[in-house]
Amino acid sequence: MGDPVPDAPVLAARGLVREFRGFRAVDGVNLDIAEGSVHALVGPNGAGKTTLFNLLTGFLKPTAGSVRLGPHELAGRSPERIARLGLARSFQITSLFGELTPRQHVELALAGRTGLGWRFWRSDKALGRFADRADELLGEVGLAGHGDVPAGALAYGRKRALELALALALEPKVLLLDEPTAGMGAEDVDRTVELVRRVKAGRTVVLVEHNMSVVSSLADRVTVLQQGRVLAEGPYDRIRDDRRVITAYLGDSHAAR
Amino acid sequence: MILSRLAGRPAPLAVGLAAALVLPWFVYPPVALDIACWALFAAAVDLLLGFTGLLSFGHAAFWGGAAYGSGLIAVHSGLPFPVAILGGAALAAALAVPIGYLSVRLRGIYFAMVTLAFAQMVYFVANQWRDVTGGENGLQGIPRELFGLDLSDPFFFYYAGLPFVLAGFLVAWRIVRSPFGRVLVSIRDNPARARALGYSVERYKLLAFVLSAALSGLAGGLFALGHGFASLQEVYWTTSGQAVMMVVLGGIGTLWGGAVGAALVVELNDYLATAGFQETGIITGAIFIVVVLLFRRGVWGTARALLARRGAPRPEQREPAPSEAGRSAETVQAEG
Ligand SMILES: Nc1ncnc2c1ncn2[C@@H]1O[C@H](COP(=O)(O)OP(=O)(O)O)[C@@H](O)[C@H]1O
Ligand SMILES: [Mg+2]
Repeated sequence: MGDPVPDAPVLAARGLVREFRGFRAVDGVNLDIAEGSVHALVGPNGAGKTTLFNLLTGFLKPTAGSVRLGPHELAGRSPERIARLGLARSFQITSLFGELTPRQHVELALAGRTGLGWRFWRSDKALGRFADRADELLGEVGLAGHGDVPAGALAYGRKRALELALALALEPKVLLLDEPTAGMGAEDVDRTVELVRRVKAGRTVVLVEHNMSVVSSLADRVTVLQQGRVLAEGPYDRIRDDRRVITAYLGDSHAAR
Repeated sequence: MILSRLAGRPAPLAVGLAAALVLPWFVYPPVALDIACWALFAAAVDLLLGFTGLLSFGHAAFWGGAAYGSGLIAVHSGLPFPVAILGGAALAAALAVPIGYLSVRLRGIYFAMVTLAFAQMVYFVANQWRDVTGGENGLQGIPRELFGLDLSDPFFFYYAGLPFVLAGFLVAWRIVRSPFGRVLVSIRDNPARARALGYSVERYKLLAFVLSAALSGLAGGLFALGHGFASLQEVYWTTSGQAVMMVVLGGIGTLWGGAVGAALVVELNDYLATAGFQETGIITGAIFIVVVLLFRRGVWGTARALLARRGAPRPEQREPAPSEAGRSAETVQAEG
């Protein structure tokens, strides 16, 4: 771990602002994500992390500012276009298609690039050509053997794992994970950390994470967000000891000690 | 391949086909054709409501637009009636492109209202453009020509028209069981997630809208040729409402349920009309409310759920295909 070489960033935000009826949820954020790094985004609840993800992925339009993914300017593009450009995300709140099975979920994710989804004259069995790859991905996230139940019936941790499998199926250049381990048991957390470690080869990962042991074991760099602004940024060890960060998380009394 | 999959569920299919074939022996033949046309119309509306999550309140524009279109082709060209019907369907599809383009971005009730507004514009045009449409008199004397065959008897015309209805159902069934149908269901269930997977939600909705309009047009054109005239009633908003009502009665997201709903509503309207009732809307409306309150999944959806429970000991027989699973009215409303 730990070669945070900030040459040309693969993903860069400049002066990002998002207002909700006058309230600035994201307030002038600059962010550089180095290619091949794992970049953690931390900060108290309500700091604007999810809003920032929504701005990066086109689900929200910025009030001001710009986002670049490699050579592409993303501002004003639709979420689906941004996804196809190689920026994939998972959702903080589990977001699935209730009736479909996990395998069907992943098949859809894999089919997205092929145009098969337009073939209204073909049998849906044609999606079965992705079944093997889908099962492989389900196996990777620990869902082997759970491919055929309705996704709505999966236990919470397994739904989170499926979220991850969907993002991975897109084979993105940059993967944004919004609290991938939230609500998981220790075992699932360990597997998710292992998984992210494996999949980060050849791609860039940005993750929102509250679990500091996950952050410390995965992240090359950490950005701390507070009230919509970047409070601090640097390698984990430096951030951990940053007085302002401790204050933001625990309050003044702790920082004073 | 299509046939082998259809044959995989022989019982309901055979029953449906048999019912369609013997229908004019049991009901007055013109009413039988009405049922068949409305059944296809309802299936087309269900394609949007049940499988895409879009409640259109303007499908009269496509049913009625095609009724006039088919009628005009038949009146002015003298071409065989299948050409007139398919021409009407093509016209409906073409009309759906701009209407769909401007409305599929909207959600829930806004989509319903905007489609309604467009349909009212079509109504306005049909009413004003007297030289072409006949205005309030309707377009009269639509011939049905097929290489000199005498199709004036409604009994025979039912069998001449039935293949188009069956083909329409086959197309609708194929669409919901296609990769495209799978994407539609995912959009219905969770549009944001579908976008995150790279699917252009609006474009998919637009294609679904156009396909649905084409099938509605097929039904409407056949309806006009069956009656020999196209009237303003065909583009009136109550026609849109009646199609939605049939779908809800039969069961949203079941496709075949629309046919059951159509049979119930058309038969009931016919019965009440012959019994001398003026305000049939009150009665059908009341029955509608009762059915919706008692059977959330509609007649067909409820029946199928009961059958599925009986057949439950053999779960491996149940395909996990999404388009198959019964959907309650609440789910769709929540999505909108
Ligand atoms: N759609 C919205 N409308 C209004 N306020 C919002 C909306 N989304 C987020 N917010 C507000 O923006 C702030 C940041 O929220 P969020 O980005 O979800 O924080 P985080 O993910 O860091 O916990 C919160 O105060 C939240 O209430
Ligand atoms: Mg959040």
